[in-house]
Amino acid sequence: MKSLRNHFSLILALFAVLLSIQVFNIIERTIAAYEKNLQDNYSIVIVSKTALDLKFLKRSDTIIADITEISPAKVLEKVKKDFKQKNLDQIRSSLPKFYTMKLTKYPSSFELSDLERSLRKISSITKIEDFSKSHDSVHKLLTLFKSVISFLGFIIVAVTALLILKEMRLWQFQHQERMNIMALFGAPIWLRSAVLFRLAIVDAILASILVLVTFFIIDKNGTIETELDLLNINITLFNYVNDFFFLLGVSLATSIILATFIVLGHKEEV
Amino acid sequence: MDKVIVAKDLTLAYNEDEVIIKEASFSVDSGSFVFITGASGSGKSTLLKSLYGALDSKSGSLIVGGVELDKISSKKLDFLRRHIGIVFQDYKLVKEWTIEKNVMLPLIISGYAKDVSGMQVQKLLSHVKLNHQAGKYPLELSGGEQQRVAMARALAHNPILILADEPTGNLDDYSSQVIWNLLEGANNQLKTTIVVVTHHIPESLTIKYKHYHIEYGVVYEVS
Repeated sequence: MKSLRNHFSLILALFAVLLSIQVFNIIERTIAAYEKNLQDNYSIVIVSKTALDLKFLKRSDTIIADITEISPAKVLEKVKKDFKQKNLDQIRSSLPKFYTMKLTKYPSSFELSDLERSLRKISSITKIEDFSKSHDSVHKLLTLFKSVISFLGFIIVAVTALLILKEMRLWQFQHQERMNIMALFGAPIWLRSAVLFRLAIVDAILASILVLVTFFIIDKNGTIETELDLLNINITLFNYVNDFFFLLGVSLATSIILATFIVLGHKEEV
Repeated sequence: MDKVIVAKDLTLAYNEDEVIIKEASFSVDSGSFVFITGASGSGKSTLLKSLYGALDSKSGSLIVGGVELDKISSKKLDFLRRHIGIVFQDYKLVKEWTIEKNVMLPLIISGYAKDVSGMQVQKLLSHVKLNHQAGKYPLELSGGEQQRVAMARALAHNPILILADEPTGNLDDYSSQVIWNLLEGANNQLKTTIVVVTHHIPESLTIKYKHYHIEYGVVYEVS
């Protein structure tokens, strides 16, 4: 019963670490998807007196994904009936060129001002509308959100790692007697610590399976996905192959490293 | 006659100021039965610890089974211990293992095949009259029975040397006699060298033995 309780404590501590990591993964994915949405809907409008060399412009900065000219046809169509054809042609020829620029990613404030600075060097450009005010506040909010989540994630992982270490110390105390007895009969270190490693590995696997089951239930429930759909965010909460094996790897590595510390720290009783 | 243990000017201490054994010189012949006696705190158990390599000497030399213990690597010490059987006053059985597995421990460590180990364990448990208790756990047995298990474990791998630290210290007269008979039998029939640390030597003993006594850190032979 006591041994079962100790198993449970380690499994629970590992479960907390793995859950924190996966929640962090989900938040990262959500932010990435949200950034993608923002990026898809974000563009810069450029006004130029003369036609721009679009190929050259596209090559000038890697952040530029695409640049297209906005046709004035729609606007002219609306005012067509109020002007004579001759005047309309005059208006058309005197209108500046309008362009919309799409970017490869959602830019930071610095990237945006860098881009603006290089565009301003082109003398024909008279206006650049980058919607920087709203862009900046959204970007800052995202960055703050990421930082807070990273900090919280770090705290959770650190606290649970300490819990695991404490749990392992209890294990060491429990297993010390058996390890000492085995040492008296000449058992090599790997044989003395085999039980400890076996338990660590079994608990790591069980903790990973517990996380898998938890996310299976969350997936089936569908509440989180519905919430995310409302924000137009489509992400995979838990990839049953990639995420499971990643978490299993983290879990095994954590418990094996900690068990190794215990074995190396073990001293024969004199 | 071959010497299993040779100590020369052996000094043992747990710390710099407190010397437990002072420049002891003695030897133990192969196949002999040796008693080490002394008052409580005289250093008997400390001396025994040094014999199985759990305590390094402060000075002098100690050779066990032809190996100088001070110069031995941990790997070689493990190998040497696979040829030594140890019995303690508090039995030192693994509580979460069955009696059968406890006795099997030295055989597992020495890499014996499972069927060979199984047969040897059955033979030994029957020798110590505990074959009906094989599946039980140490705490389910009496002190005398636990010590018989410890004896069976010490004999399991046919060691060249058995070291016993107060093996009857916690036992009643009957159980003590059983343990002495087992030690005598191992020495008589298997020619195993036996070194026993004890407060007093049983009068019932029928075999020839050598006797060392420790007083004020000095080890001397009692004739």
